[in-house]
Amino acid sequence: MKTSTLQKGSGSLFKTLSYLLLIALAVIIIIPVAWAFISSIKQDSEFYGSPWAMPEGIYLQNFADAWMKARMGDYMLNSVVLTAISIGLLLIIALPAAYVLARYKFKSNMIWNTMFMAGLFINVNYIVVPIFLMLNNGDKLARSVLGQPIFLNNIFLLAIVYTAMALPFTIYLLSGYFKSLSKEYEEAASVDGAGHFRTMVQVIMPMAKPAIITIILFNFLSFWNEYIVSMTLLTKPGFKTLPVGLMNLMAAQKSAVEYGQLYAGLVLVMLPTLILYIIVQKKLTQGMTMGGLKG
Amino acid sequence: MPINKGRSRFIFFCLAPAVILFVIFLIIPTIDVFRMSLYKWGGYTDNKTYVGFDNFSKLFQSDKFYQVFQNSILLIIVVTIITFAFALVFAGLLSRNKLRGRDFFRIIFYIPNILSVVVISAIFSAIYDPNNGLLNSILNLFRSAEDPTLWLGDQKIVIFSLAGAMIWQAVGYYMVMYMASMANIPESLYESADLEGASPIHQFFTITIPLIWTNIRTTLTFFIISTINMSFLFVTAMTGGGPDGATEVFLSYMYKEAYTNSSYGYGMAIGVVVFIFSFALAGILNAVTKREHLEY
Repeated sequence: MKTSTLQKGSGSLFKTLSYLLLIALAVIIIIPVAWAFISSIKQDSEFYGSPWAMPEGIYLQNFADAWMKARMGDYMLNSVVLTAISIGLLLIIALPAAYVLARYKFKSNMIWNTMFMAGLFINVNYIVVPIFLMLNNGDKLARSVLGQPIFLNNIFLLAIVYTAMALPFTIYLLSGYFKSLSKEYEEAASVDGAGHFRTMVQVIMPMAKPAIITIILFNFLSFWNEYIVSMTLLTKPGFKTLPVGLMNLMAAQKSAVEYGQLYAGLVLVMLPTLILYIIVQKKLTQGMTMGGLKG
Repeated sequence: MPINKGRSRFIFFCLAPAVILFVIFLIIPTIDVFRMSLYKWGGYTDNKTYVGFDNFSKLFQSDKFYQVFQNSILLIIVVTIITFAFALVFAGLLSRNKLRGRDFFRIIFYIPNILSVVVISAIFSAIYDPNNGLLNSILNLFRSAEDPTLWLGDQKIVIFSLAGAMIWQAVGYYMVMYMASMANIPESLYESADLEGASPIHQFFTITIPLIWTNIRTTLTFFIISTINMSFLFVTAMTGGGPDGATEVFLSYMYKEAYTNSSYGYGMAIGVVVFIFSFALAGILNAVTKREHLEY
């Protein structure tokens, strides 16, 4: 920025003020997160002193308690399995659909495109109860036919629901990317005698790598952090995901004061996302502006 | 023609799984919401009776719904205004000044966006803790510690405490977004404004804001709709709608009626009203914020 000499004084004052404001906001964002980390290694007795006190030692028993007693270890496994299956399924289902919608001309193309676009406006919070009822009815049927329920409390089925929820945005983002590629790639592949499937898998998919990485990042965050759907569809104790387990810890902490365990559980939920963020933060903030808004 | 047959088969197999999942888990449940809102269906029995718009008239006559409505509107207004003001000002500061550490600030401000709402709720519940929370401990420096503020226990305060957590979560995301669009504004506009002696604040309102207005409009509409959803997530994890319904919002009320109380019909009627309301609100906002489109 070029500043005239007349403005130099007020310019540097303005700059200092900007810095102060920015640092203030950064502090407001950092402190709660850092505080949670620091609290996770405090003993329960330390919580009665000043909340600003540094921990007396590194008390890792909190993590052991959260992992074993509060079953966060089991929930961690559930979350890992659920997130992995959901992302895998999403890629297998969304990539071909987005590819075909973006690069093939056929009669019903417009209909499907419009349908998936309309899906962007359906939020899962509105339809989670009907989904629960649908699966509950399915279980009634399953019980009379198979003798046991199979739809609720089923992590694989929850992964399918997650996949379905993520489809509209994922297809929207991917087909936008596929549309930007040159038509010549398919023409060249066709001249080489590659079929439709081989062209898609061996020619187009490798080029879509940046978009695929963005998809994986965003959906990892949303699947890992999700709790309304998993809370509704996984009702048995052993089947909880990490965020739902954390909600249990929050509720338990109100009656029996076990702060240390709560903060340890909290760190367990946010640590994977924070590590991922540190590794890929450039991609994430760029991907956001590439994909436009998320719902 | 065999080639064409292969082509349409390929299209079919690529599209079918996505369409099937979409129809089963999005379309059918959405239709169900509207359909079920016309039935009286409570508890675990299969007795559904068609009652027309009874659920809706019951809803509009209930005091509870007006409380929920008020809470939701208050949250939407407070959270939207403060989030947008902060996001715009900070984005302006970050993109206008050649400040050192721009990337550092951007990385920090985006952090709340990657955390689960449960995590944020747990952290803020601890910050708001009346006895050993961070907030009261700061305030106690300036006052006596005898009468701690009950951030989540006082019916008058709790909704603003909730708003605080929501703003904390949202500011960074929108800031990063506006920074991206402000980066497209040509530097020459500011240079000539500098020569004319316009102050940075004046430039912010006469150059920056008008030029990214289209972006502000779109994000505003999305933000309103997402605030209705986010308030549900925060309420579920943080206050459970309490104390005494002081933080019950649209979708938490719907969820409670439909899932916890199993009055499915009534719950879905709430869902329908909220759904229509959010789109009406978005439409109105879109019309109200319409300005002449400016080019760089």
